[in-house]
Amino acid sequence: MIPISISPGLRQKCLTWWTFFRVSIEERLVYRADFALGTLMRFMQVVILIFLYAAIYETVAAETSPTSEEAPNIQGYTFHNIIAYVLLVYISRAFSSMPGLSTGISTQIRNGEIKKFLIQPVDLLGCLLLQRLAHKLVYYLIAILPFAFVFFLAQGFFDAGWPTTEVLIVFILSLVLSFLLGFYLEACLGLIAFWFLEITSLTFIYMLLNFMLSGHMFPLDWIPSEPINFRYAVDCMPFKYLAYFPAAVFLGKVSGSEMYWGLFAEFLWVIFFIVMARVLWHRGVKRYSGFGG
Amino acid sequence: MPIIDIQKLTKTYRVYQKKEGLVASLRGLVKRQYRNVEAVSEIDLTVDQGEFVAFLGPNGAGKTTTLKMLSGVINPTSGTCSVMGHVPWKRENAFRRRMALVMGQKNQLWWDLPAQESFRLHQHIYGIDVKEFDRSLNELATMLNVEKLMGQPVRELSLGERMKMELIAALLHSPDVLFLDEPTIGLDVVAQHNIQNFLRHYQKERKITIILTSHYMKDVAALCKRVIIIAGGRIHHDGSLAGIVDRFGNEKIITLTLAENESFVGLERLALDVSIEPPKIKFRMARDEVAKTLSQLLSSRQVVDIVVEDPPLEEVIAQVFFEAEQSMNGSQAESTASRLEATSR
Repeated sequence: MIPISISPGLRQKCLTWWTFFRVSIEERLVYRADFALGTLMRFMQVVILIFLYAAIYETVAAETSPTSEEAPNIQGYTFHNIIAYVLLVYISRAFSSMPGLSTGISTQIRNGEIKKFLIQPVDLLGCLLLQRLAHKLVYYLIAILPFAFVFFLAQGFFDAGWPTTEVLIVFILSLVLSFLLGFYLEACLGLIAFWFLEITSLTFIYMLLNFMLSGHMFPLDWIPSEPINFRYAVDCMPFKYLAYFPAAVFLGKVSGSEMYWGLFAEFLWVIFFIVMARVLWHRGVKRYSGFGG
Repeated sequence: MPIIDIQKLTKTYRVYQKKEGLVASLRGLVKRQYRNVEAVSEIDLTVDQGEFVAFLGPNGAGKTTTLKMLSGVINPTSGTCSVMGHVPWKRENAFRRRMALVMGQKNQLWWDLPAQESFRLHQHIYGIDVKEFDRSLNELATMLNVEKLMGQPVRELSLGERMKMELIAALLHSPDVLFLDEPTIGLDVVAQHNIQNFLRHYQKERKITIILTSHYMKDVAALCKRVIIIAGGRIHHDGSLAGIVDRFGNEKIITLTLAENESFVGLERLALDVSIEPPKIKFRMARDEVAKTLSQLLSSRQVVDIVVEDPPLEEVIAQVFFEAEQSMNGSQAESTASRLEATSR
């Protein structure tokens, strides 16, 4: 039998990562009230969206066919579909949203805290990724119960029932990738601060685009492809993988080869932003003049 | 071979020049005037292993910029530098594992967590052996008297305590070269004294190379044998602190105590700056006149006690800074004007 040996260098790295991960979790648990409030507010968003769609579908039902018993259908989404969609997007966003990541990086660049990563033999992006991972894990651990409860209450809205194992696997993979995509996209945005210092307006634009084009508020199937093919344009952008795509996979809105191509495209976007973040970091550090004393 | 070898190191910043007022602000949106500011210009310097060197200079003299280039935080505009055989701004891990930078105004510790968590992280980042880590943490904590504060979140520590923790974090991996940027800034006298004592002991014991910038002359006088005065991005003096006083302090302060019934008449015109508080008289005068004046006084009056001392260090240094800046302004006035360039973005 060949003994499995891990090189001391790698072991060292793993230990560093593990410690960083552990410390990040501890740090996260310091501010309990802020954490609880943040989790609650995320739930409120979903509740508000559900009420909004309830009102919309009621109005549509009343206007189109006041007598008919059939549920209204807006471009392929019944009321049940849209509630299921909203809940699934909520899960996608739990993976892909990175509150404070880009502004955190830009603040560190502006006030000079980023020096730490130039002086010590550690990697900024790696550390931030581990920190995010830790924060997300803590969040899932705490939020899993209310999550499960809401989905239990809402199970009647999932008309198609539980998807096949194949779809489920793709769904989970797309969620993992959406975490990475969200992370590296926002990291790139933050690293732009090496050039602009102030990126508040950029993050605002990003938030807006994300809001509209990720499928966060409404399914992307509703974006018109006539007379101008906006739908196609949105499909070509990375935003849809942050919210719409995983939900669409789960609901069977994309299936078969289209589903796998989507996953592959998402993977390519992740690679693109990983490379991009590395390039921005290296260029930025060269430019950096150590602002703030 | 010197451990630090700097040759013609230069750093130029491009600074946006804005005139006062709204109109100028609007104009700045389209066309911006930049001025190149040479923070450090063509510095040559070598430091040997085990030296404790101070960079002294007025604000904006280029001390911190030099330190940043030496520790690899920023890239220079031109020139070369080698620290322990590495080019700092390549930021190789082999280099970064052997040096540390402590900035008095910046935090490297995790704000919300006890310092020991940050230390543990450092253990892994720098690959310190567990036994070695425990030993040196223990030793450093004892020396700095902070054993009881290890478990307290960093944000709840006082400024002095936090500085001590920062020092521990920087020294855990036993760096060969340590850069200290204003390590005692904002600390009270006791805390300053503690940190000075610690640094002196540590350096003596480990024979590491330390470069320190500070505004507190006490830091420098207590710690460094070698002092480098930087002003306007250039080195104006490189030598011992006593050497500076010899070179720049041309005056002596003399205090005489006269016998009880001795008269002070006529003594007020002895020098420019005379203060009389019988039975004492204090005045300052040029160094080369001291001997003559004293012998005259001793022969004409009954003197009980004589003290001849150098002016306070701060005063001498202030004088050096002043002269350095004067000479800079003279030679640079024209070149700065010619460097003013208009660039549009």
